[in-house]
Amino acid sequence: MTSELTALQVRGLTKRFDRPAVDALDLEVRAGEFYALVGPNGAGKTTTLRMVAGLLPPDGGSISIFGIDALRDPVGAKQVMAWVSDEPMIYDKLTPEEYLEFVAGLWGMAPARAQATARQLLISLGLEAQLGERCEGFSKGMRQKVALAGALVHDPRLIILDEPLTGLDAISARHVKSLLGDRVRAGCTVIMTTHILEVAERMADRIGVIAAGRLVAEGTLAELRQVSGRTDHSLEELFIALVDNEAAAA
Amino acid sequence: MSSVTTLSWFARHELRLAWREWLAMIAGRRGRRRAAIIGFVILAALLHLPAWAVIGRYAELSTPLDATPRIVISATICLGWALILSQAIESVTRVFYARADLDLIMSSPTTLTELFAVRISAIALSVTAMALLFATPFVDVLLLGGGARWLAALGVVIASGLSATAVAIAVTIMLFRLIGPARTRLVAQIVAAIIGAGFVIALQVAAILSTGTLSRFAILTSDAVAALAPAAESIVWWPARAVTGDVTALLPLLSVSLILLGIVMAIFSPRFAETVASASARAAPGRKAWGIRRFRVRSRQQALRRKEFFLLARDPWLVSQTLMQLLYLLPPALLLWRSFADKSVGLALVTPVVVMAAGQLAGGLAWLTISGEDAPDLVGTAPLRQTQVIRAKVEVVLIAIGIVFAPLLAALGFASPWQSTITTAGVAVAALSATAIQLWFRVQARRSQFRRRQTSSRLATFAEAFCSIGWAATAVITLILPLAALPCGLITVGILALTWALSPRRG
Repeated sequence: MTSELTALQVRGLTKRFDRPAVDALDLEVRAGEFYALVGPNGAGKTTTLRMVAGLLPPDGGSISIFGIDALRDPVGAKQVMAWVSDEPMIYDKLTPEEYLEFVAGLWGMAPARAQATARQLLISLGLEAQLGERCEGFSKGMRQKVALAGALVHDPRLIILDEPLTGLDAISARHVKSLLGDRVRAGCTVIMTTHILEVAERMADRIGVIAAGRLVAEGTLAELRQVSGRTDHSLEELFIALVDNEAAAA
Repeated sequence: MSSVTTLSWFARHELRLAWREWLAMIAGRRGRRRAAIIGFVILAALLHLPAWAVIGRYAELSTPLDATPRIVISATICLGWALILSQAIESVTRVFYARADLDLIMSSPTTLTELFAVRISAIALSVTAMALLFATPFVDVLLLGGGARWLAALGVVIASGLSATAVAIAVTIMLFRLIGPARTRLVAQIVAAIIGAGFVIALQVAAILSTGTLSRFAILTSDAVAALAPAAESIVWWPARAVTGDVTALLPLLSVSLILLGIVMAIFSPRFAETVASASARAAPGRKAWGIRRFRVRSRQQALRRKEFFLLARDPWLVSQTLMQLLYLLPPALLLWRSFADKSVGLALVTPVVVMAAGQLAGGLAWLTISGEDAPDLVGTAPLRQTQVIRAKVEVVLIAIGIVFAPLLAALGFASPWQSTITTAGVAVAALSATAIQLWFRVQARRSQFRRRQTSSRLATFAEAFCSIGWAATAVITLILPLAALPCGLITVGILALTWALSPRRG
């Protein structure tokens, strides 16, 4: 039963391209949780999250976001969430401020509130000097920050990020991590895929390991260690062991 | 590897790139290339028919040329040269901005001046090859009808290709020096568009002012122009003499073109590297926009429309294309202006030109707004229905068309309210048809891919063109012979219906 305490509930989610990309996946993320989804390349992480975000129609299964059936009421579900992809998709010919005005408009925010939030976000992400500059000359890190500001400007209850730290320098990555940490502390739910296991280990409340489109393990780092029976292992070693086991079983 | 080996290897590499770029332009995806090449060959064969219709009767032209044929041939060569120059400027700009191998080349242990000399030669070769390709059907027709002397026309095309490339490189590099890499891309596109269309339009304007018609030949064959033309021995007539087989004119023409290209290579090859480096360093332009003083967006639809208007207003391609459309509208506008004083001029000619222009511009705008979405994930995850997004984008296309064409339609209303009403209806239907076709054939693409939009669907491109022509014809026939407009309109509706039936969005 989905409740306000559950941010995301996925049941039997299936997507097939030339082979099953996501295979009857069940996943539950609690409200206010920082959840990291890790897995090898081609495991189905991005496909899963794209279906949750409403970017890809599933072949089967259900998706519920804060109790809203995302397949029956996609507009209602999208109203409370935000999506950030690994490749920041922003408009080259808009300034960061114009971009945020557009995003805020799409989510139906009041202009005055949107402008105050946008400015605060851009400043906190270190983009104050570029407020009025078009994004066409921005580095990947700056573009990723603008995309992230776009995801945060409408104050979503659920933020889904697909490899948000790819291509960011250490300072930018710290900015982003700190901002996400602040959001989680304020009650927002964050679901993030990452290849940087250290980030998942340090930031996530719970970690889901996905392989061949199925969730092979889930829990806190301590729970994952307990399941695998290797109490002194790092997440990287646990991850390799879990994925290897799954590959051997397949 | 010796320097000569390196250069010949690099020349082969450049030619392979040019060949593949050209293939990609005509064929798009790799799997369709064979079909596209076969289609292209058939098209080239079919081009012999209009070529025969246009110039077949001039094949037996006697030499030495009289004043009028000399003027007409020279003007035709000028037009061809302007079109080649426009294409050459476009090619040079593309090499500056779009090639992904510049870092590799510039970091390689080779002499950059020589490499860029090869690259300039490759541009000249590809521009000339393209010109030859389009000129061949016309030369074939002349050869069949008038004998081997017309082979010299191919020499004139080669001379035009070489000289146009030389001028294009000089113009583009000078633009870099004068206005910097940030603005050169936009200005070069605009210059290319104006040069391409400018010559024809200038002739039309001259024809309207002198004879009151849109016919370019009217001005070229007039006594006034013949009286102003230089003497028959003048150097100005070399190209016309060369085309008709005068080797004493052809050889100097080819020599001058080669020398011109050689001079440009000698002067600009060393600077090419520097120029290219400035263009690629354009990653951090720090370009200021107008800026937002206050957020104004009050609805989701308004947010989408506002974003599209911002992007359209800042799109270099669109600026150059709109400018070109406006240039094409200049002759009918002038004709309209003259009609206030003299009712006898062919005012009806305004209608098809305006309707055609509206259809073509709407097609481009619709592709940019509907298919050219740079942040599809953002729009896809926004709390809006797809129909709301599409509606807002279509509204933007129609509003933009309204803004561009309203002044001319209003002016037409003063001259002839009935014609203005028909033309307005034609503009609306042509714009709606082009938008609908783009909607049915929409693909996910980046706005920067606009140049290759035709390769995503040949059917959509042809349907868009035929519908624009169909609505233009329907509008003008409505004015002249209203009953005959019905079948013409029905045929256009039929084209539209067939396009829908064949479109991937059907159902």
